[in-house]
Amino acid sequence: MSESRFRGTDRYVVTDDLMMAVNATVTLGRPLLVKGEPGTGKTQLAEEVARSLDRPFIQWHIKSTTKAQQGLYEYDAVSRLRDSQLGDARVQDIGNYIVQGKLWEAFTADTQPVLLIDEIDKADIEFPNDLLLELDRMEFYVYETRQVVKARHRPIIIITSNNEKELPDAFLRRCFFHYIRFPDKETMERIVHVHYPDLKKRLLSEALEAFFEIRDVPGLKKRPSTSELLDWIKLLVAEDIPPEALRGDQRKLIPPLYGALLKNEQDVHLFERLLFMSRRKKD
Amino acid sequence: MMIDFFFKLRQAGIPVSLTEFLTLLEALNQRVSAHGVEEFYYLARAALVKDERHYDRFDQVFASHFKGLETLFDEMIGATVPLEWLHKLAELTLSEEDKQLIESLGGWKKLMETLAQRLAEQEGRHQGGNKWIGTAGTSPFGAYGYNPEGIRIGQEDSRHRRAVKVWDRREFRNLDDTVELGTRNIKVALRRLRRFAREGATQELDLEGTIRSTARNAGYLDLKMVPERHNAVKVLLFLDVGGSMDDHVRVCEELFSAARGEFKHLEYFYFHNMIYEGVWKDNRRRYTEKTETATVLRTFGPDYKLILVGDATMSPYEVTYPGGSVEHFNPEAGDVWMQRLLTAWPHAIWLNPQNQNRWSYIPSIQMVRELMGNRMYPLTLEGLEQGIRALQRSQPPASRPEQ
Repeated sequence: MSESRFRGTDRYVVTDDLMMAVNATVTLGRPLLVKGEPGTGKTQLAEEVARSLDRPFIQWHIKSTTKAQQGLYEYDAVSRLRDSQLGDARVQDIGNYIVQGKLWEAFTADTQPVLLIDEIDKADIEFPNDLLLELDRMEFYVYETRQVVKARHRPIIIITSNNEKELPDAFLRRCFFHYIRFPDKETMERIVHVHYPDLKKRLLSEALEAFFEIRDVPGLKKRPSTSELLDWIKLLVAEDIPPEALRGDQRKLIPPLYGALLKNEQDVHLFERLLFMSRRKKD
Repeated sequence: MMIDFFFKLRQAGIPVSLTEFLTLLEALNQRVSAHGVEEFYYLARAALVKDERHYDRFDQVFASHFKGLETLFDEMIGATVPLEWLHKLAELTLSEEDKQLIESLGGWKKLMETLAQRLAEQEGRHQGGNKWIGTAGTSPFGAYGYNPEGIRIGQEDSRHRRAVKVWDRREFRNLDDTVELGTRNIKVALRRLRRFAREGATQELDLEGTIRSTARNAGYLDLKMVPERHNAVKVLLFLDVGGSMDDHVRVCEELFSAARGEFKHLEYFYFHNMIYEGVWKDNRRRYTEKTETATVLRTFGPDYKLILVGDATMSPYEVTYPGGSVEHFNPEAGDVWMQRLLTAWPHAIWLNPQNQNRWSYIPSIQMVRELMGNRMYPLTLEGLEQGIRALQRSQPPASRPEQ
């Protein structure tokens, strides 16, 4: 298995600890649970793992109404009823009305796929518990057709969580866990560079400076995250803002195009007030 | 060595199970980590710790357990030992004079400037002495020496070697649930309280359920109804402001803003030290726009959950005597009002930002705690969780008679 090591891609920067966690997951075939602030690239991780290892990528987005059973299979009773009224011959075989779910798809894939179970904490509290056996043994039983679906290759499963609910212990015990920390300045530079390789050095460093300054403002309701920084830089480049406009000492107002960073009216007010106060102090 | 480590983790209160430990061993067996202790650390953390709140504790146990064993460990794993620039050779105990000398070097800024200068001057490795950057000296730069303002530093080459081991940096300290509260943490804790319930009469047509049961019923229409879902938790928040609470303003603000985001029904009021006949909603206009506590008592039903936030640090007279308030003459004592509050809202907790170790030394805290029937919790994440569990545990009050 050592040939399939994940080292990040040209579009995605991984830290050492995350790389380790992913490789452990790939080698041992156990799920990896990824937590972290919103906008730190949790979902993208799975995509990039699939890309760099050249595996098929299967996504399963969880909503508050998603049931564990839907990931396995669903019995489409309505179609069967309709077909029976139309006298369709297919009605005899119940197997025609079993709709495969994402897990089934992952279990029967020809090559080992990467399965992303996105935002598992959105679902009902029992959801992870209902998947314990399936994720552990990588098999499940279809009652309607009395058939066991067994994984041909243990899929690489990456699960993300936004920490809205505590996950049950029994579930956690079966996973590797990684908490994506907010990147430091150095990592952030690498991340931005990966996305905008031609960015002028000065603009980048000014933008990062302004960004981390905003993040450090105490009492913000929603602190801007990596994805917001990337959006902002995209705007700066598109509008052709000169780096000087971002400079702290010359800055008269909040940074240009701040709408990409501050998403809350109260935060904007707070920031304006702080700037006003610091300006007064200088005068 | 590994088994000791396992038990130390458990002792430190990290819920590590045998399954997880075996997973780690399996991973080691399959050579997932092969390049030294840092990779091992990442691997162990991913396998054993399942909650970022335990990262800091894990770091500490790891540091204490593998201290000094690092080199041994690297050999065991079979990797080359990376050049450790700053070996721990000796821990110096310095005399008072030395300490003063170091302090006289100037503040933090000065230190950074000098550092840059010396880095430029210095080329080789250095140990001891009192100027160059190295180990065990009295220079402010380097590790394991004594300097109150010292900076830990490693080889400052282009590869950014780190002076401090990853686990020594303890970057996850603020995620530990016994230490600090951030808005995000509070939100997670408060979410426990958020209970979506289906209550009341059946209102909505359950389309999914109807289709399913109709199909299973071989085509005979079988209507299903479900009650509407809504956030069932109502919270009444009383915040102590001013005086001794000034130290805790930041924490309370975070709690407040998190609570605002989490609950649909949140009512808040301010009070000072103890609740008397008046509370207020806007702290700037507290003397002009008071709300009578009696009105509040009448307005909100017993299904509200009461959360009081205050340090309960005051004179005992403020609790027990009429006229004891520091601000005005109160005809009725604080404990009388507290009793009324607790009768009106049986689901109640008191959150105290004051450090729990100090509670027993402050009589008024003891008194308030007794009034609350021991339902006082520290304003830490752990305390908040306990408190919220207590709020949920107590029997739901008898539903109000239909009006």
